[in-house]
Amino acid sequence: MGCLEALKPEIILSQASFKDAREYIKKNVREYHEVEPGYKIHDVHIIGVAPLYIGVEGEDLIFPYTKPCHGTFVVKVAGHEEIARLRARKK
Amino acid sequence: MTEKTALILLGCPQVPVQTSMALYLMHGLKEHGIRPVVAGTVAARKLMEVADPGRHYLEEMADLDDMIDEITGKRRDFDLCFVFIHNDSGVAYAGTMAYISQARLYALLFGEHAEDLAKEIEFPCEVVAAKAVHNPMPLKRKLDEVMQWAVSKR
Repeated sequence: MGCLEALKPEIILSQASFKDAREYIKKNVREYHEVEPGYKIHDVHIIGVAPLYIGVEGEDLIFPYTKPCHGTFVVKVAGHEEIARLRARKK
Repeated sequence: MTEKTALILLGCPQVPVQTSMALYLMHGLKEHGIRPVVAGTVAARKLMEVADPGRHYLEEMADLDDMIDEITGKRRDFDLCFVFIHNDSGVAYAGTMAYISQARLYALLFGEHAEDLAKEIEFPCEVVAAKAVHNPMPLKRKLDEVMQWAVSKR
């Protein structure tokens, strides 16, 4: 469960805080969506304190990924059907 | 009557007091008839297994991500949840638990930056913070204070 490596992520920001990751996405990704803690993308749960943001850039998703020993990373992975699911949540 | 349960969530075991305090907490919970379940990283779980080979305190242990999946999927929840925190990731996990679980949440902050990390906690929980790195006693004393209250509430 939760194997990010299988998604072949591009690391955009590494070993940051969850707040840094939140700010990075908000400032640098034009389209972003707020999700609740624990929201699942592919097989990965988003860990952090609300508000949490997931960005959409073309066909990719940009989101925070927290590792217990190494802090929070901002990663980019192929979005596939997750983009439509994310956009469908928009009020 | 349904058995009361407590989730003990262990992060990176880099700071020595974590394993000792987790075993102490499990002892206290069991003394009060509350069944502890541990979720943590592989290393954190291995430290627990080696420290308690006779399984006097350890019963059930689970992978951290698997447990998050169980709780977000509403397949499982607990009466109490204790999150061990010594870094920013620990705060992130506690914030997630505050959102996904109905358990009464306790944030146990320790390590060099316990007090600074405590200021980062902006979600509903009971904060127990002590600058404890090698010596668990400062955190033990604070935990003893809240344990009486914790076990009487649920």
